[in-house]
Amino acid sequence: MSFVTKPSKISLVIGASSVGTLIEWYDFYLFGMLATIISKQFFPSDAGTSALLSTLAIFAAGFIVRPFGALVFGRLGDIIGRKYTFLLTLVLMGGSTFAIGLVPGFATIGWAAPILVLILRLVQGLALGGEYGGAATYVAEHAPANRRGFWTSWIQTTATLGLFLALGVIILIRSNQGVEAFSAEWGGWRYPFWLSIILVVVSILIRMKMSESPMFTKLKSEGKTSTNPLKESFGHKANFKMVLLALFGAVMGQGVIWYTGQFYAQSFIETVCKVEFVQSRNLMLWAILFATPFFVVFGYLSDRIGRKWIMLLGMLLGIVTYRPIYQYFLDATNAKNRIEKIDLANTVTSEKLASVDVKDKTKILVVQKTDTAYSDGAIFSYTKTDTLHIAAEISDINASKIQYVQANPLDANQFDTVLLQLKSSAGLNADSTHIAQVVVLSKSTTPNVLVEKTMDHATYWNLIWLVFVQILYVTMVYGPIAAFLVELFPTKIRYTSMSLPYHIGNGVFGGLVPFLGTLIVEFTKTADKPAGDPLAGLWYPIGVASICLFIGVIYLTNKVDKEVMD
Amino acid sequence: MHMNTIKKILGLVWMCLAPAIIWFLASQAIHKIGTSTALTRSNVTLQWVIILTIFTPICIGFFIFGYYGLKGEYDQLPTSSKDLE
Repeated sequence: MSFVTKPSKISLVIGASSVGTLIEWYDFYLFGMLATIISKQFFPSDAGTSALLSTLAIFAAGFIVRPFGALVFGRLGDIIGRKYTFLLTLVLMGGSTFAIGLVPGFATIGWAAPILVLILRLVQGLALGGEYGGAATYVAEHAPANRRGFWTSWIQTTATLGLFLALGVIILIRSNQGVEAFSAEWGGWRYPFWLSIILVVVSILIRMKMSESPMFTKLKSEGKTSTNPLKESFGHKANFKMVLLALFGAVMGQGVIWYTGQFYAQSFIETVCKVEFVQSRNLMLWAILFATPFFVVFGYLSDRIGRKWIMLLGMLLGIVTYRPIYQYFLDATNAKNRIEKIDLANTVTSEKLASVDVKDKTKILVVQKTDTAYSDGAIFSYTKTDTLHIAAEISDINASKIQYVQANPLDANQFDTVLLQLKSSAGLNADSTHIAQVVVLSKSTTPNVLVEKTMDHATYWNLIWLVFVQILYVTMVYGPIAAFLVELFPTKIRYTSMSLPYHIGNGVFGGLVPFLGTLIVEFTKTADKPAGDPLAGLWYPIGVASICLFIGVIYLTNKVDKEVMD
Repeated sequence: MHMNTIKKILGLVWMCLAPAIIWFLASQAIHKIGTSTALTRSNVTLQWVIILTIFTPICIGFFIFGYYGLKGEYDQLPTSSKDLE
């Protein structure tokens, strides 16, 4: 019996499935894109790297629960149907994303803030765990056998396009609001979370008009749907061994290649190479834009030559080229490699600006910015903040009216001095001003230096090209994988069986790439080498992809299964 | 060497690799938590609890995968759903 859907209807099936899945990815990725701001808002301000790691751990927690979402919603999808299950996941995802945007910061509600965010993040993970398998199964069960890779590859584009949308919305809001307003406790970083609720409502309206998968409908009418898909998927050795093979021979490697290309690359360029915020995101946008069509290309190709070798080639290329690519990132953005290009005429150092630390009024922060210009057009900005400790707390002061007086470099015993222009706000001298001189007791030994590098045109496009190459690997491993997984499992337990390895591979192995990569680099830091080995984090994806490649080559078959209704 | 023999030998390799990974992670966890400062200890502990909680069951799955490989379960992959019943 044929279940081939008419071409006009398959476009609707793909469109409706893809829009919902795209929005779920958008919701899910916002958190990762805004990790640096979230770590400042929801954790104590003095936690530093530890706060970022904790934020990344919450980000990773969303990935870790995805397999549980796959089990819960996969089971529902195999019992009540694909359509209603992924409607439910969409509602959960939209609601939890919107709610993250409403949680007050650490400054307002203390530790309740990160706990609430963690809970909502877990709901997001559960919802996404149920969504993807449903959408991929739904489209695959509508597609003709010889075009399954091609049609499901449209679903595969949504993950990358969701990232594209998240990046685009963040850049748009940030550039309109300015950095300070965007990063404030109730600032613009919350708007992308709130926008989600509108997108989800639109998507639900579209999905409500869809009908159930024809294969599932037939099984249901014949009373052949599974009564206990979890037991059938994982309790039967014959099926469980295929779940394990899918995980260790394909999805595990696919997951780390994906998250290295799209997330670790961005995190590395921004936090290690220190490329300026908007430029680092713009280059990701370009790379994603150029690479996304290749999901469909490799999906189409997998219908012709098989899925296995395309996916494994993507892994091999990642394993071989990651270190040279990331070494280039480091070299191209290293100021030491550009000394001969410094344009002294256009290099500018600002006046020192001083202000009282709002959290500790015995501290004065002295900020000085240097914009080093290069002959090729690059500008590296260094914002140095010295912290001066004074004897008494300063209150009732207009922070903009502090003048910093440099210390006498010839006299080691002479501390710096701060001239304060005080403005009284009460009593007989209200509105009067006077100058007070405050002696600095000590100065922090290591100033905080914020670096932002705006790259020249040629280097910028080289970075885009190298991120594009990494996302091309992603399209090779990810484009054909939905069809590959659909063909591995029978209809009645497909939603459950394919969702679990997919979400362990992507959610756990892939989702942990930024967290474990950062952690491994932390391990390499020593007193002699405080920056550690910035490339050490790559050993995690390279190691996982190598094992997966090896297993895939030996154990997987390249045969395309034409009959998935059996 | 026949491909099925390679699959079986590698099955044994995966069975050895799985507990080795757990042992490596556990020893790293003990070392890193032990050498962390009072300020960072709770975060470091949380990070390693997450890592061990996630990777221990995955390594058990990897061990079972190796066992199936050793027993020849992957010598002939199923071509129809009937083979999975």
